[in-house]
Amino acid sequence: MGYTIAEKILLKHCACKSIAPGDFIEANVDVALANDITAPLAISEFKKSGFKQVFSKNKIVLVPDHFAPAKDLKSANQCKILANFAKEQEIKNYFEIGSMGIEHALLPEKGIVMPGDLIIGADSHTCTYGALGAYATGMGSTDLARAYIDGKCWLKVPATHKYIFKGKLNKWVGGKDLILYTIGQIGVDGALYKVMEFSGPVIKQLGMDDRFSMSNMAIEAGARAGLIEPDATTKKFVASFKRKPKFYYSDADAVYEKIYEWDVTSLEPMVACPHLPSNVKPVSALKSIKVDQVVIGSCTNGRISDLRIAAALLKNKKIAKGIKLIVFPATQKIYLQSVKEGLAEIFVKAGGIFSTPTCGPCLGGHMGILADGEVAIATTNRNFLGRMGSPKSFVYLSNPAVAAASAITGKITHPGKV
Amino acid sequence: MIIKGKVHKFSDDINTDDIIAAKYLVSTDAQELGKRCMETISPDFSQKVTPGDIIVAGNNFGCGSSREHAPLAIKGCGISAVIAKSFAAIFYRNAINIGLPFLESADVDNINDGDIIEIDLSTGVIKNVTQNKNYKTHAFPQFLQQIVECGGLINYIVKSLKK
Repeated sequence: MGYTIAEKILLKHCACKSIAPGDFIEANVDVALANDITAPLAISEFKKSGFKQVFSKNKIVLVPDHFAPAKDLKSANQCKILANFAKEQEIKNYFEIGSMGIEHALLPEKGIVMPGDLIIGADSHTCTYGALGAYATGMGSTDLARAYIDGKCWLKVPATHKYIFKGKLNKWVGGKDLILYTIGQIGVDGALYKVMEFSGPVIKQLGMDDRFSMSNMAIEAGARAGLIEPDATTKKFVASFKRKPKFYYSDADAVYEKIYEWDVTSLEPMVACPHLPSNVKPVSALKSIKVDQVVIGSCTNGRISDLRIAAALLKNKKIAKGIKLIVFPATQKIYLQSVKEGLAEIFVKAGGIFSTPTCGPCLGGHMGILADGEVAIATTNRNFLGRMGSPKSFVYLSNPAVAAASAITGKITHPGKV
Repeated sequence: MIIKGKVHKFSDDINTDDIIAAKYLVSTDAQELGKRCMETISPDFSQKVTPGDIIVAGNNFGCGSSREHAPLAIKGCGISAVIAKSFAAIFYRNAINIGLPFLESADVDNINDGDIIEIDLSTGVIKNVTQNKNYKTHAFPQFLQQIVECGGLINYIVKSLKK
């Protein structure tokens, strides 16, 4: 019997001769990531263990991005723990704010994560790198501390669910809509402790940015990872990087616990309504929902193609009176590219702000917290109660086109209508 | 190990933002985090907890973020164990790694808010003292039991590397 791509990567990273769903394995990690919220705990656990040296200076990545640039004194002290540890352990991949970005956009951009890797991160959206054909999964700080010691982690091999997307995508519909549709179909625990494997002709047509959006939200269905088999698009994306990729593919006789097959030809842009990512409706079903704030960015949709889509709609237009538009590119490179292409100017001239990269507003950290009763449409990944600020606020999730169109009209709007 | 306490009942899909909101993640201190545990959905929760109490919840408990601050906050406010129909995967491993006892049980719907229950972690039996009923759950996988018995992942690793 054959293996899925996820099983092949896991097998390659452990000492077992064969593996099957449900097995416990000790796996070697290629990359161990943490941020300013999760690294301080990992570092203190590592220090308590009595070990003095981390297992590798090259495989540990530290990105202060959540409450960075430091939003207050406590955050500043958290960020400093990362900086000190990086210096003391001579960790190569530490990114100070001038070279940083939101971790899940930054690592692929820098070629730190590659196809075939086993990546663990103390951040739930570590699953983003599955889009490269890597096994990438979120864990806690103690798991990271353990990896700092011996470069390993324990894993229970998940079963895989396969999602086949057929047909042709409408204009304004992309990876974000496909993943919102999927979560709407299966629910927030529809892939609990499973691997999601996205495939089919529609996925083959998607660019890397759209693929990252999809894998990014696998966790929103409860999945451990969300993988896409590498193809010409993947190979082109990683071609210029120093590290050598390893391409794995699912066997023809691989075993899937479930297979979903959807024709998405008639799919329109999807919106997840408060307060769960599974509460998904087509945008045309939402009538007269006024918004106070529009947020475009994050590890889900803060990449250059996302900003180009939003800017194309906002060009020579003004956002509705009284609306707040916050655009935050995911990395410094994307920030600079947006300036060069004139996208930043479009956002500011339309009446929005163009912020430095940070996770800030997405998790109600800083740079745009919602007040009591406020409604936001955001290109982020979670709309839990109080996620972006007040427990009395409301968050809708969408793609960047719907968000930009909604900023222009002041209510949730199909991008074809502006 | 026997754990006995009063039940605080929660619904399905209790997420990590519910358990501890992101604005409090500037601390890693369990006691401090504990004061804010469940604040978004139950503002005075930490004051209602008597040390030893038990959380009982529905499906997908702890979904969302990887923040280990979530099980730490639960422990920090005095909760001694969590029983749910199912747990989100990252919360599950975080709870093991920091040594927060938990059990999966299909009998959650039969347990009421305020019931006194007794959990035997070694046998997986939940005794509802208030209703005088017993519920049987699956025992923990052996590998995970070893981690819990060592008092968490780091102790387990330190011990096994010294062998």
